[in-house]
Amino acid sequence: MKDTTNILIAAVGGQGALLASKILGAFATARGDDVKMSEIHGMAQRGGSVVTHVRFGEKVFSPTIEQGSADVLLAFEMLEAARHAAMLKPGGTVIVNTQAIAPLPVLTNEMPYPADIIGNLKKMNLRVWHTDALDLARRAGHVKTVNTVLIGMYARMTGDPAESWLKVLAENLPPKLYKVNQAAFTAGYNLSPPWTEQE
Amino acid sequence: MLGNEAIARGAWEAGVRVATAYPGTPSTEVTEYIAQYKEIDAEWSVNEKVALEVAIGASVAGARAVCTMKHVGLNVAMDPLLSISYPGVNAGLVVVVADDPGQHSSQNEQDTRYFGMAGKLPVLEPSDSRECRDFMIRAFEISEEFDTPVIVRTTTRVAHAYGLLEPGGRMDVPLREYDSRFGKYMVAPAFSRRRRVVAEERLGKLREFAETTDLNIYENGSSDTCIITGSIAYQYCREVMPNAGFCKLGLSYPLPERKLKDFCGQHKKVFVVEELEPIFEQHLKALGVPVIGKAKVPVIGELSTEIVRKGLTDTAPEPVSTPFENLPVRPPVLCPGCHHRGPFYVMKKLKLKVAGDIGCYTLTASPPLSIMDTAICMGAGIGMAFGMQKARGKDFAGKSIAVIGDSTFWHSGMTGLVDIVYNRGITTVVILDNSITAMTGHQENPSSGRTLNGESAPALSFADFAKSIGIKHVREVDAFNLKELETVMREELAREEPSVIITKRTCILHPCAVRHFPLKVNPDLCKSCMKCLSIGCPAISFDGDKVKIDQVLCVGCELCAGICPFHAIEKQPRPGGGPA
Repeated sequence: MKDTTNILIAAVGGQGALLASKILGAFATARGDDVKMSEIHGMAQRGGSVVTHVRFGEKVFSPTIEQGSADVLLAFEMLEAARHAAMLKPGGTVIVNTQAIAPLPVLTNEMPYPADIIGNLKKMNLRVWHTDALDLARRAGHVKTVNTVLIGMYARMTGDPAESWLKVLAENLPPKLYKVNQAAFTAGYNLSPPWTEQE
Repeated sequence: MLGNEAIARGAWEAGVRVATAYPGTPSTEVTEYIAQYKEIDAEWSVNEKVALEVAIGASVAGARAVCTMKHVGLNVAMDPLLSISYPGVNAGLVVVVADDPGQHSSQNEQDTRYFGMAGKLPVLEPSDSRECRDFMIRAFEISEEFDTPVIVRTTTRVAHAYGLLEPGGRMDVPLREYDSRFGKYMVAPAFSRRRRVVAEERLGKLREFAETTDLNIYENGSSDTCIITGSIAYQYCREVMPNAGFCKLGLSYPLPERKLKDFCGQHKKVFVVEELEPIFEQHLKALGVPVIGKAKVPVIGELSTEIVRKGLTDTAPEPVSTPFENLPVRPPVLCPGCHHRGPFYVMKKLKLKVAGDIGCYTLTASPPLSIMDTAICMGAGIGMAFGMQKARGKDFAGKSIAVIGDSTFWHSGMTGLVDIVYNRGITTVVILDNSITAMTGHQENPSSGRTLNGESAPALSFADFAKSIGIKHVREVDAFNLKELETVMREELAREEPSVIITKRTCILHPCAVRHFPLKVNPDLCKSCMKCLSIGCPAISFDGDKVKIDQVLCVGCELCAGICPFHAIEKQPRPGGGPA
């Protein structure tokens, strides 16, 4: 299926990856696409690596993305971007939050946190867009809205109007959380990709 | 719609009146969604065996019933499942079982299709959310038409995948008369021998049904290759070989032998692609059909598009190389502020052998705590600790301990405790009580004080239970009071009698849990001794010079402050005043 768009979300348990995939899926559904998504529950909240797959297009069979065929990697944390970079197709895009969350071997001082992940991503045949989404989320009103900041960046990249995304956000969030997420989305949407828009 | 939500939707549309379950990944959400339908009486049962027995009772009494569990939960429910096979059903009875290929959250990869074969029960396997809903409705029809319980088997990538579907309305399925047919539900041999014959005849009818049902789809492709597959593997195959012929088995037991032989005969090359065990493959080979199966597709782990592509074609793309090598792993860890950390820290300090159990606390087997020695199945730790005492004597019992969570204790730990009392064991048992089934996402259980529907319920007391079966030494300790935990554990381990220690605190992820302001390390006092790192709190790290506490993650539980020998971990004043 050539027309299928594949988005991989890589995060640390508790960062809101499941909600982000739900928003992306709901947006594609609203547009009339066939949508499939896959996620792993259970241990997800316990601070482990979390990956969710979002696929949409005319007709989607598998709910998971084949290695080397992801169009976009939304990485909520740098190490997770590195871990899943091989899922991207050549020339694919990685949108990465420059937050570093130390995994257990780093916490216990057994291993260092890998150096210069962004620099190494740039050495690959990829478009790399990185930002401190944690800072933007904090300024938007809550550190837990990193996921929505990154969705805002993705929305900016696709060129769809912010209004249609905000409508989907409103439909999928409890009303009391909408305002802070609207601010977080807008913070991400107002950034510009480091490449020219026509590229 | 999530696959599990679609299963729930299908149950509701099929007119189900009673739903039972014990939570277990990847099956849990089925029952959480079912609970949202007011027409269905839904419960978290105490374990899968009871869940199925309640559902069987509802079926006999005339209500369509669904019972949901994960694959290993089916082991607990095997006695009622295989025993109800010969008697059959009154109103439709469907058992939803979610397998976990790849062991994302499970101790094994058992293939539920085998259990359908063992019970002579039909097995339906949806491959996406739409089929989850559709197959539930079909399962109830088959159950009533053939007088049999039906298994609907999903896997992680079906249960936890989203797909689109158009929801339908609820069917009007009236309550049937109570089934008082003479001896139908009596398994005494005189009755059951007769039902044994009926069950075999039923299987024959189901085999004929398999030959014609549209649950199995046959598509002739444009190539001379065909693929026999089912469940999620079908979706991977469609991505890899869109032009091949397909036989998609929605009814994976019993198999349509004549139809399969005929279909395979029309193709030069026949692949069998099935996740986990080679059940279709062996069956076809026994029929004399030459097929290629596990020679090309692994038996271990879940399949994927790339694995199927690699196995079935020679066109698998080269793996993408990245500049990243030897990245640190990120295993799940106990949450910051988790109340399990204190008891296990003390057990480690006392150098105990720990017979553990299934729950978040199973994570204490991993570094840096590395304290749990065994975790075999739900409730096993208590019996195992007693077995260790039998093998190595009373001195060993004084240096070993059983640890179990609240939900797991009610599920199947309590019988182990009764065994210890009855057989005069001296095991010390710790019950980690957060009054919720935490690992699977906060499901209510007999100690929660609430039911699945949020209604208030009696909160069963571990202390009362333990005392009622004759345990004289029952101690309740705050999970964060390390000093008292140590004293109590030492006292109870020294005793040549059975004892129970209950540590009580709310799960830190629960909305009711109290979170405090983050703590801070005083760099003037910290000597970088790393003692605080030994508790494995994700909020504490070492930057090569001093220890730091992450101000986003820390919930101020003060466990680390209690073990710091230099009192370097301090509370900070809340900005704007007020208590910390």
